Amino acid sequence: MATDNRPLSPHIGIYRWQISMVMSILHRLTGVWLSLGTVALIYWLIAVAAGPDAYAAAHTLFGSWFGQILMWTWAFSLFYHLCNGIRHLFWDAGQGFEIRTFYISGYGVWIISTVLTVLAILFVYMHGSPP
Amino acid sequence: MSFRTPLGRARGLGSARLGTGHWLAQRITAVALIPLSLWFVMSVMIYMRADYATVSIWLHSPVVSVLLVLLLATLYYHAFLGLQVVIEDYVHDEWLKVSTLMLIKFMCVLLAAAGIFATLRVAFGG
Repeated sequence: MATDNRPLSPHIGIYRWQISMVMSILHRLTGVWLSLGTVALIYWLIAVAAGPDAYAAAHTLFGSWFGQILMWTWAFSLFYHLCNGIRHLFWDAGQGFEIRTFYISGYGVWIISTVLTVLAILFVYMHGSPP
Repeated sequence: MSFRTPLGRARGLGSARLGTGHWLAQRITAVALIPLSLWFVMSVMIYMRADYATVSIWLHSPVVSVLLVLLLATLYYHAFLGLQVVIEDYVHDEWLKVSTLMLIKFMCVLLAAAGIFATLRVAFGG
Protein backbone atom coordinates (compact mmCIF):
# COMPACT_ATOMS: atom_id res chain seq x y z
CA MET A 1 0.00 0.00 0.00
CA ALA A 2 1.16 3.48 -0.79
CA THR A 3 0.03 5.16 2.45
CA ASP A 4 -0.82 3.69 5.85
CA ASN A 5 -2.95 5.11 8.68
CA ARG A 6 -5.42 6.93 6.49
CA PRO A 7 -8.83 7.63 8.02
CA LEU A 8 -11.32 4.87 7.24
CA SER A 9 -15.03 5.16 6.63
CA PRO A 10 -17.21 3.52 9.33
CA HIS A 11 -17.05 -0.24 9.03
CA ILE A 12 -20.03 -2.60 8.75
CA GLY A 13 -20.30 -3.01 12.55
CA ILE A 14 -22.05 0.32 13.03
CA TYR A 15 -24.66 -0.02 10.31
CA ARG A 16 -28.24 -1.14 10.87
CA TRP A 17 -29.02 -4.26 8.84
CA GLN A 18 -31.14 -3.48 5.81
CA ILE A 19 -32.32 -5.27 2.69
CA SER A 20 -29.68 -3.73 0.42
CA MET A 21 -26.80 -5.13 2.50
CA VAL A 22 -28.42 -8.53 2.98
CA MET A 23 -29.11 -8.87 -0.74
CA SER A 24 -25.63 -7.76 -1.74
CA ILE A 25 -23.96 -10.19 0.68
CA LEU A 26 -26.28 -12.99 -0.42
CA HIS A 27 -25.46 -12.29 -4.07
CA ARG A 28 -21.81 -13.00 -3.30
CA LEU A 29 -22.57 -15.99 -1.08
CA THR A 30 -24.82 -17.60 -3.69
CA GLY A 31 -22.14 -16.93 -6.32
CA VAL A 32 -19.49 -18.69 -4.24
CA TRP A 33 -21.89 -21.53 -3.39
CA LEU A 34 -22.77 -22.00 -7.07
CA SER A 35 -19.08 -22.08 -7.96
CA LEU A 36 -18.68 -24.98 -5.52
CA GLY A 37 -21.81 -26.56 -6.99
CA THR A 38 -20.21 -26.70 -10.43
CA VAL A 39 -17.95 -29.46 -9.04
CA ALA A 40 -21.08 -31.61 -8.69
CA LEU A 41 -22.04 -30.82 -12.29
CA ILE A 42 -18.59 -31.85 -13.54
CA TYR A 43 -18.76 -35.03 -11.46
CA TRP A 44 -22.16 -35.81 -13.00
CA LEU A 45 -20.88 -35.21 -16.57
CA ILE A 46 -17.82 -37.39 -15.97
CA ALA A 47 -20.09 -40.09 -14.52
CA VAL A 48 -22.21 -40.08 -17.70
CA ALA A 49 -19.07 -40.25 -19.84
CA ALA A 50 -17.60 -43.06 -17.71
CA GLY A 51 -20.58 -45.38 -18.26
CA PRO A 52 -23.61 -46.94 -16.56
CA ASP A 53 -21.85 -48.05 -13.33
CA ALA A 54 -20.34 -44.65 -12.59
CA TYR A 55 -23.67 -43.03 -13.51
CA ALA A 56 -25.54 -45.32 -11.12
CA ALA A 57 -23.20 -44.27 -8.28
CA ALA A 58 -23.74 -40.59 -9.06
CA HIS A 59 -27.48 -41.20 -9.35
CA THR A 60 -27.59 -42.76 -5.87
CA LEU A 61 -25.53 -39.91 -4.42
CA PHE A 62 -27.71 -37.16 -5.93
CA GLY A 63 -30.84 -39.12 -5.06
CA SER A 64 -29.96 -39.37 -1.35
CA TRP A 65 -31.57 -36.93 1.09
CA PHE A 66 -28.20 -35.21 1.44
CA GLY A 67 -27.81 -34.90 -2.34
CA GLN A 68 -31.37 -33.62 -2.69
CA ILE A 69 -30.87 -30.92 -0.06
CA LEU A 70 -27.67 -29.78 -1.79
CA MET A 71 -29.49 -29.69 -5.14
CA TRP A 72 -32.25 -27.48 -3.75
CA THR A 73 -29.81 -25.06 -2.11
CA TRP A 74 -28.08 -24.78 -5.50
CA ALA A 75 -31.43 -24.32 -7.24
CA PHE A 76 -32.38 -21.46 -4.91
CA SER A 77 -28.87 -19.97 -5.21
CA LEU A 78 -29.08 -20.06 -9.00
CA PHE A 79 -32.55 -18.47 -9.14
CA TYR A 80 -31.52 -15.81 -6.62
CA HIS A 81 -28.20 -15.05 -8.33
CA LEU A 82 -29.95 -14.97 -11.73
CA CYS A 83 -32.77 -12.63 -10.62
CA ASN A 84 -30.53 -10.36 -8.57
CA GLY A 85 -27.96 -10.44 -11.38
CA ILE A 86 -30.59 -9.09 -13.79
CA ARG A 87 -31.30 -6.39 -11.17
CA HIS A 88 -27.59 -5.56 -11.19
CA LEU A 89 -27.59 -5.32 -15.00
CA PHE A 90 -30.41 -2.76 -14.82
CA TRP A 91 -28.37 -0.72 -12.33
CA ASP A 92 -25.37 -0.95 -14.67
CA ALA A 93 -27.61 0.55 -17.37
CA GLY A 94 -28.47 3.38 -14.95
CA GLN A 95 -32.01 2.17 -14.22
CA GLY A 96 -33.85 1.35 -11.00
CA PHE A 97 -32.03 3.55 -8.47
CA GLU A 98 -35.17 5.30 -7.15
CA ILE A 99 -35.66 4.17 -3.55
CA ARG A 100 -39.14 2.82 -4.25
CA THR A 101 -38.02 0.85 -7.35
CA PHE A 102 -34.98 -0.37 -5.46
CA TYR A 103 -37.11 -1.89 -2.70
CA ILE A 104 -39.73 -3.30 -5.06
CA SER A 105 -37.08 -5.01 -7.22
CA GLY A 106 -35.32 -6.26 -4.08
CA TYR A 107 -38.41 -7.90 -2.59
CA GLY A 108 -39.34 -9.03 -6.11
CA VAL A 109 -36.08 -10.98 -6.37
CA TRP A 110 -36.87 -12.74 -3.06
CA ILE A 111 -40.40 -13.61 -4.12
CA ILE A 112 -39.54 -14.75 -7.66
CA SER A 113 -36.55 -16.86 -6.64
CA THR A 114 -38.51 -18.52 -3.84
CA VAL A 115 -41.50 -19.22 -6.10
CA LEU A 116 -39.24 -20.61 -8.86
CA THR A 117 -37.48 -22.90 -6.36
CA VAL A 118 -40.80 -24.22 -5.04
CA LEU A 119 -42.10 -24.74 -8.60
CA ALA A 120 -38.89 -26.57 -9.55
CA ILE A 121 -39.22 -28.88 -6.52
CA LEU A 122 -42.88 -29.58 -7.31
CA PHE A 123 -42.05 -30.26 -10.97
CA VAL A 124 -39.22 -32.68 -10.20
CA TYR A 125 -41.16 -34.68 -7.61
CA MET A 126 -44.40 -34.82 -9.55
CA HIS A 127 -42.93 -35.45 -12.99
CA GLY A 128 -41.00 -38.49 -14.11
CA SER A 129 -39.97 -41.68 -12.40
CA PRO A 130 -38.42 -41.85 -8.92
CA PRO A 131 -34.70 -42.65 -8.77
CA MET B 1 12.29 4.30 7.22
CA SER B 2 12.11 4.52 3.50
CA PHE B 3 14.01 7.01 1.41
CA ARG B 4 11.69 6.58 -1.54
CA THR B 5 9.49 9.49 -2.48
CA PRO B 6 5.68 9.15 -2.15
CA LEU B 7 5.44 9.19 -5.94
CA GLY B 8 8.01 6.40 -6.19
CA ARG B 9 6.05 4.27 -3.71
CA ALA B 10 2.74 4.87 -5.47
CA ARG B 11 4.06 4.10 -8.93
CA GLY B 12 3.08 0.70 -10.17
CA LEU B 13 0.43 0.21 -7.47
CA GLY B 14 -2.30 2.08 -9.26
CA SER B 15 -4.56 1.10 -12.07
CA ALA B 16 -3.35 -1.86 -14.07
CA ARG B 17 -5.71 -0.65 -16.81
CA LEU B 18 -7.57 -3.94 -16.54
CA GLY B 19 -10.56 -2.80 -14.48
CA THR B 20 -12.87 -1.89 -17.35
CA GLY B 21 -12.13 -5.11 -19.21
CA HIS B 22 -12.85 -7.15 -16.06
CA TRP B 23 -16.09 -5.28 -15.40
CA LEU B 24 -17.27 -5.65 -19.01
CA ALA B 25 -16.35 -9.34 -19.21
CA GLN B 26 -18.32 -10.01 -16.02
CA ARG B 27 -21.41 -8.30 -17.49
CA ILE B 28 -21.13 -9.89 -20.93
CA THR B 29 -20.79 -13.39 -19.44
CA ALA B 30 -23.70 -12.57 -17.11
CA VAL B 31 -25.94 -11.68 -20.06
CA ALA B 32 -24.88 -14.85 -21.91
CA LEU B 33 -25.59 -16.93 -18.81
CA ILE B 34 -29.22 -15.77 -18.55
CA PRO B 35 -30.51 -17.98 -21.42
CA LEU B 36 -27.83 -20.65 -20.87
CA SER B 37 -28.59 -21.12 -17.18
CA LEU B 38 -32.36 -21.09 -17.76
CA TRP B 39 -31.91 -23.84 -20.36
CA PHE B 40 -29.62 -25.71 -17.97
CA VAL B 41 -32.02 -25.53 -15.01
CA MET B 42 -34.91 -26.80 -17.13
CA SER B 43 -32.75 -29.66 -18.42
CA VAL B 44 -31.67 -30.62 -14.90
CA MET B 45 -35.30 -30.56 -13.76
CA ILE B 46 -36.28 -32.91 -16.58
CA TYR B 47 -33.27 -35.26 -16.46
CA MET B 48 -32.38 -35.11 -12.76
CA ARG B 49 -33.93 -38.47 -11.99
CA ALA B 50 -33.65 -40.09 -15.41
CA ASP B 51 -31.81 -43.35 -16.02
CA TYR B 52 -28.49 -43.74 -17.84
CA ALA B 53 -29.94 -44.52 -21.28
CA THR B 54 -32.20 -41.43 -21.28
CA VAL B 55 -29.42 -39.09 -20.12
CA SER B 56 -26.97 -40.61 -22.61
CA ILE B 57 -29.34 -40.07 -25.54
CA TRP B 58 -29.98 -36.51 -24.38
CA LEU B 59 -26.23 -35.76 -24.18
CA HIS B 60 -25.67 -37.24 -27.65
CA SER B 61 -27.71 -34.47 -29.25
CA PRO B 62 -25.50 -31.88 -31.01
CA VAL B 63 -27.59 -28.97 -29.74
CA VAL B 64 -27.22 -30.14 -26.15
CA SER B 65 -23.46 -30.69 -26.53
CA VAL B 66 -22.85 -27.26 -28.02
CA LEU B 67 -25.00 -25.53 -25.39
CA LEU B 68 -23.26 -27.44 -22.59
CA VAL B 69 -19.78 -26.53 -23.88
CA LEU B 70 -20.85 -22.88 -24.15
CA LEU B 71 -22.38 -23.03 -20.66
CA LEU B 72 -19.24 -24.52 -19.11
CA ALA B 73 -16.86 -22.06 -20.78
CA THR B 74 -19.01 -19.02 -19.92
CA LEU B 75 -19.82 -20.26 -16.42
CA TYR B 76 -16.20 -20.80 -15.38
CA TYR B 77 -15.11 -17.49 -16.89
CA HIS B 78 -17.88 -15.73 -14.95
CA ALA B 79 -17.17 -17.73 -11.78
CA PHE B 80 -13.47 -16.86 -11.89
CA LEU B 81 -14.16 -13.15 -12.38
CA GLY B 82 -16.59 -13.17 -9.44
CA LEU B 83 -14.40 -15.22 -7.11
CA GLN B 84 -11.44 -13.00 -8.00
CA VAL B 85 -13.30 -9.91 -6.77
CA VAL B 86 -14.34 -11.65 -3.55
CA ILE B 87 -10.73 -12.74 -2.85
CA GLU B 88 -9.35 -9.29 -3.68
CA ASP B 89 -11.88 -7.68 -1.32
CA TYR B 90 -11.35 -9.92 1.70
CA VAL B 91 -7.83 -11.38 1.50
CA HIS B 92 -5.30 -8.70 2.28
CA ASP B 93 -2.12 -10.72 2.71
CA GLU B 94 -0.36 -10.38 -0.64
CA TRP B 95 1.12 -13.89 -0.73
CA LEU B 96 -2.12 -15.55 0.33
CA LYS B 97 -4.11 -13.43 -2.12
CA VAL B 98 -1.91 -14.15 -5.14
CA SER B 99 -1.66 -17.88 -4.39
CA THR B 100 -5.42 -18.21 -3.77
CA LEU B 101 -6.18 -16.39 -7.02
CA MET B 102 -3.80 -18.65 -8.90
CA LEU B 103 -5.29 -21.77 -7.29
CA ILE B 104 -8.85 -20.66 -8.17
CA LYS B 105 -7.81 -19.91 -11.74
CA PHE B 106 -6.21 -23.35 -12.11
CA MET B 107 -9.29 -25.03 -10.59
CA CYS B 108 -11.66 -23.16 -12.94
CA VAL B 109 -9.62 -24.13 -16.02
CA LEU B 110 -9.26 -27.73 -14.82
CA LEU B 111 -12.98 -28.16 -14.10
CA ALA B 112 -13.99 -26.49 -17.37
CA ALA B 113 -11.61 -28.71 -19.35
CA ALA B 114 -12.83 -31.86 -17.57
CA GLY B 115 -16.48 -30.95 -18.09
CA ILE B 116 -16.04 -30.06 -21.75
CA PHE B 117 -14.03 -33.25 -22.35
CA ALA B 118 -16.72 -35.40 -20.70
CA THR B 119 -19.44 -33.67 -22.75
CA LEU B 120 -17.58 -34.20 -26.03
CA ARG B 121 -16.74 -37.78 -25.16
CA VAL B 122 -20.43 -38.59 -24.78
CA ALA B 123 -21.27 -36.52 -27.87
CA PHE B 124 -18.80 -38.37 -30.04
CA GLY B 125 -20.03 -41.71 -28.76
CA GLY B 126 -17.59 -42.62 -25.99
